[in-house]
Amino acid sequence: MNNPGDTYDVLVIGGGPAGLAAALSAQQSGLRVAIVDDNPGLGGQIWRGDQHKPGTPEAAQWLRRVATAQVKFISGAYVYEQPEPGLLLAETFEGRRELGYQKLILATGARERFLPFPGWTLPGVAGAGGLQALVKSGLPMAGKKIVVAGTGPLLLAVAAYLQKQSANVLLIAEQASQLLSFGLSLWRWPSKIFQAIQLKRELAGIRHLTNCWVESAHGDNRLQRITLRHGQKTWDVACDYLACGFHLVPNVEVAVFFGCELQEGVVQVDELQATTVPGIYCAGEATGIGGLELSLVEGQIAGFAATNQVQQARALFAERDKLQQFANLLNRTFALRDELKRLPQPDTIVCRCEDVSFARAEKYPEWRAAKLHTRCGMGPCQGRICGPALEFLLHWQPESVRPPVFPVKVGNLIRDAGSLIEQEQ
Amino acid sequence: MPDTVMLTINGHPVIVPDGSSVATAVAISGAMAFRRSVHGEPRAPLCGMGICFECRVTINGQSHTRSCQIVCQNGMDVQTDE
Amino acid sequence: MTLPMTSKAFDLAIVGGGIVGAACAWEAARSGLSVVVIERSVIGGGATAAGMGHIVVMDDSEAQFALTRYSQQLWQEIASDLPDDVEYEECGTIWVAADEEEMIEVQRKEVFYQERGVAVEILDAAALRQSEPNLRSGLRGGLLVPGDSVVYPPCAARYFLEQAQSLGAQLRSGVAVVALSNDGVKLSDNSLISAGITVNATGSWSPLLTPGIDVQKRKGHLLITDRYPGFVRHQLVELGYLKSAHSISSDSVAFNVQPRKTGQVLIGSSRQYGVGDPKIEAAMLSRMLSRAAEYMPGITQLSAIRTWTGFRAATPDKLPLVGQCPGYDRLYLATGHEGLGITTSTGTAKLLIDQLLNRSSAIPIAPYLPSRVHQEAIHA
Ligand SMILES: Cc1cc2nc3c(=O)[nH]c(=O)nc-3n(C[C@H](O)[C@H](O)[C@H](O)COP(=O)(O)OP(=O)(O)OC[C@H]3O[C@@H](n4cnc5c(N)ncnc54)[C@H](O)[C@@H]3O)c2cc1C
Ligand SMILES: Cc1cc2nc3c(=O)[nH]c(=O)nc-3n(C[C@H](O)[C@H](O)[C@H](O)COP(=O)(O)OP(=O)(O)OC[C@H]3O[C@@H](n4cnc5c(N)ncnc54)[C@H](O)[C@@H]3O)c2cc1C
Ligand code: FES
Repeated sequence: MNNPGDTYDVLVIGGGPAGLAAALSAQQSGLRVAIVDDNPGLGGQIWRGDQHKPGTPEAAQWLRRVATAQVKFISGAYVYEQPEPGLLLAETFEGRRELGYQKLILATGARERFLPFPGWTLPGVAGAGGLQALVKSGLPMAGKKIVVAGTGPLLLAVAAYLQKQSANVLLIAEQASQLLSFGLSLWRWPSKIFQAIQLKRELAGIRHLTNCWVESAHGDNRLQRITLRHGQKTWDVACDYLACGFHLVPNVEVAVFFGCELQEGVVQVDELQATTVPGIYCAGEATGIGGLELSLVEGQIAGFAATNQVQQARALFAERDKLQQFANLLNRTFALRDELKRLPQPDTIVCRCEDVSFARAEKYPEWRAAKLHTRCGMGPCQGRICGPALEFLLHWQPESVRPPVFPVKVGNLIRDAGSLIEQEQ
Repeated sequence: MPDTVMLTINGHPVIVPDGSSVATAVAISGAMAFRRSVHGEPRAPLCGMGICFECRVTINGQSHTRSCQIVCQNGMDVQTDE
Repeated sequence: MTLPMTSKAFDLAIVGGGIVGAACAWEAARSGLSVVVIERSVIGGGATAAGMGHIVVMDDSEAQFALTRYSQQLWQEIASDLPDDVEYEECGTIWVAADEEEMIEVQRKEVFYQERGVAVEILDAAALRQSEPNLRSGLRGGLLVPGDSVVYPPCAARYFLEQAQSLGAQLRSGVAVVALSNDGVKLSDNSLISAGITVNATGSWSPLLTPGIDVQKRKGHLLITDRYPGFVRHQLVELGYLKSAHSISSDSVAFNVQPRKTGQVLIGSSRQYGVGDPKIEAAMLSRMLSRAAEYMPGITQLSAIRTWTGFRAATPDKLPLVGQCPGYDRLYLATGHEGLGITTSTGTAKLLIDQLLNRSSAIPIAPYLPSRVHQEAIHA
């Protein structure tokens, strides 16, 4: 299993847009390049499942390029530990793989931010991207009544996607208020206008409210209805699913684990996408939420930079800067409103793994104390869900990251020759 | 049929399109909960991407397996916390 | 009361809000002393947060036995009052014998404990397997000590402190003590707290405030899994533990596995000297887990959620320092509890306050007095 051939000049962690772009640029140098990703297929969040049936021409084009290039794809493998510099361990369903590298490109993407409100733990309440991912992996939606809520451009994409899957999307509830000025400034990014128009067509007929959010979800063992608020008005809507996410949080844990510095919660990089650790680069959402195009450009820059193709990297700086401005606008537009901080009630669960209520967590001044005394954030998600929520609600700063970066089998932390878990298989 | 797979969920056979995740199969099966929380509440998938651990089930005897990340195979035996 | 104090703000200033400082505060408050506890960070956030929380009667020496036994009985006395989050569970210990040689040790232990009134039971190979089906076959047997238990240490420390506070004790947290003096303590914000007696209960950090005391850091790794109720039922400790844990100089690992009330499995343990860096060492972790897997092969299949390290405060004779610091009238030590401070926190508190109040103690105190190690006065 510890194939000595599993050593690469450039190893890319994450097979989303940023990782694909990075691998393709790096591969142009003729060096040995591989992508490792925990999903069964390439594509990351946005192009999930597109390897077989691409959803857009752009996805098709990038995925085809990777398929025909000399890039090795190690799928279903989650990187969780670096026992020594230049060597990574990844867990697969079958066991463990050891991957050697010279240069590393982190393209670990983002996850959704979830915020607690009464009833958010009921089956039937999922993330917006979360429900989309489940549908992409086969969950039937025909005729299901769905409300899409929370914040961020993802809500529109998800609503359009679910509508296409024959769901009955009742409403998009966006908590932000300033979508108008957002729309007005789009002229600076012509490709975005085109996407916006296309989205608008796909969303035709779906009710869309800004300044609107879910106050609570109700049901007996499963979601039956939700209570919405729009200004002074509140009302109930019966639905089968609530797809609710509050924009995105960068996945920085792997970078922190490798010792890369963060800046305002995202991985700090220089103009060549190099992190503060020599030989480690980072691209895509992990360096700040910026969307697909920015991820692709950052990925290319990182891939070129990691393989001494600096001229090619520099040629993309201007484009990156322009897309970065769009990202900044995006993040300003979808900033979270303070009213959301008042949604959790004393008995609302904030840590879903350990069932810690808001009242119990709130008593503590910071993470470590709450962790030690209430188990908040001590479950298998390792605080990935409650962490960003509590950062918003109580301004708690995230803690350090220790191995394993993600839960793995005990046997996969045993590393002597012919370890037990391998013998058993 | 080559484009479907059959597995059992809590002892009942379920047929799903090939390529479906175990989470999908569990949802289709109508099982009450994927897992029960520490206090016994029913829980079901939240993130759909392997991060939240709410979709955990027992697959072929292996407990705490995230069903959203596993593709259904013929003959799989899945147990949820009913 | 015989304390040399009166004009001070407090009778007692306890530096360190780990389980030892918290237990001492409770005992002091219960005995009518005015107390302040100064903790620079989180209550129970030091070694107490890292410890396994095994309440165990040990037989390494008569003195160690006396203190652990006394302490365990004190735990049993308060057991029914402990809140749920202390997760007290009398799961018992099984000392596992792999071979005939270790079985002889089991018999010796049986006699030792029985002679001193501790209930024990010898398990043969079949009984061991029946008690713990996930142990590998082929083990020779074991010794069951049913009265041993397990707690969740940070919540135990918090509970002790809350009890103290309900009796009037004060807590100053978020501020560090920078110096100890005869009049009390000096804080990092330059303020002073005057106290008749100062107690250094800062565990492995204690030499920083009282230079010269012989307390060394002994690093340990631990790993906790997801919930697998019933996978392990007793605290299981290999008897090879005795051989390895006692070698003062070299690094060692031992099979030491604990069932948490949550159904989680806590896997230990390792011991290293001369390492000050708290980072997880992949090689050490691997050695420790591989030892656990030798005894419990199925453990490799469990999902590991978290790993951490902690520092035991080790003394040359493996006994804590409880009592007056040689060379100082009003400075007392409550430190050096090595790998047993969760257990012995309750007994330590009694012995310390007994000394301050000139009460007689339930067990002889001489083996724990700092003067046994430090015959010369300590002058920083
Ligand atoms: C749930 C979700 C749905 C989204 N849907 C849309 C959409 O429909 N439309 C849209 O415009 N944008 C969508 N986005 C936004 C999207 O994140 C970006 O536009 C873009 O995909 C970012 O690309 P990336 O390469 O930076 O990250 P990602 O696409 O997130 O890719 C990162 C990859 O790294 C993998 N990974 C992370 N850590 C490890 C590790 N330790 N070991 C191995 N693999 C690892 C992840 O599993 C993932 O596959 C979505 C985001 C999320 C979170
Ligand atoms: C891996 C491991 C496993 C263990 N397993 C067990 C077990 O199973 N059973 C058992 O009985 N024991 C066990 N122990 C031992 C036990 O954890 C310790 O002996 C015990 O926690 C010591 O408690 P303490 O209060 O002396 O020290 P600590 O808990 O370390 O408390 C000292 C406190 O002092 C504070 N402090 C330090 N300096 C200052 C300052 N200048 N000003 C203010 N505050 C300060 C610190 O922040 C800390 O909170 C284990 C230890 C380790 C490391
Ligand atoms: S739904 Fe979150 S891990 Fe599967």
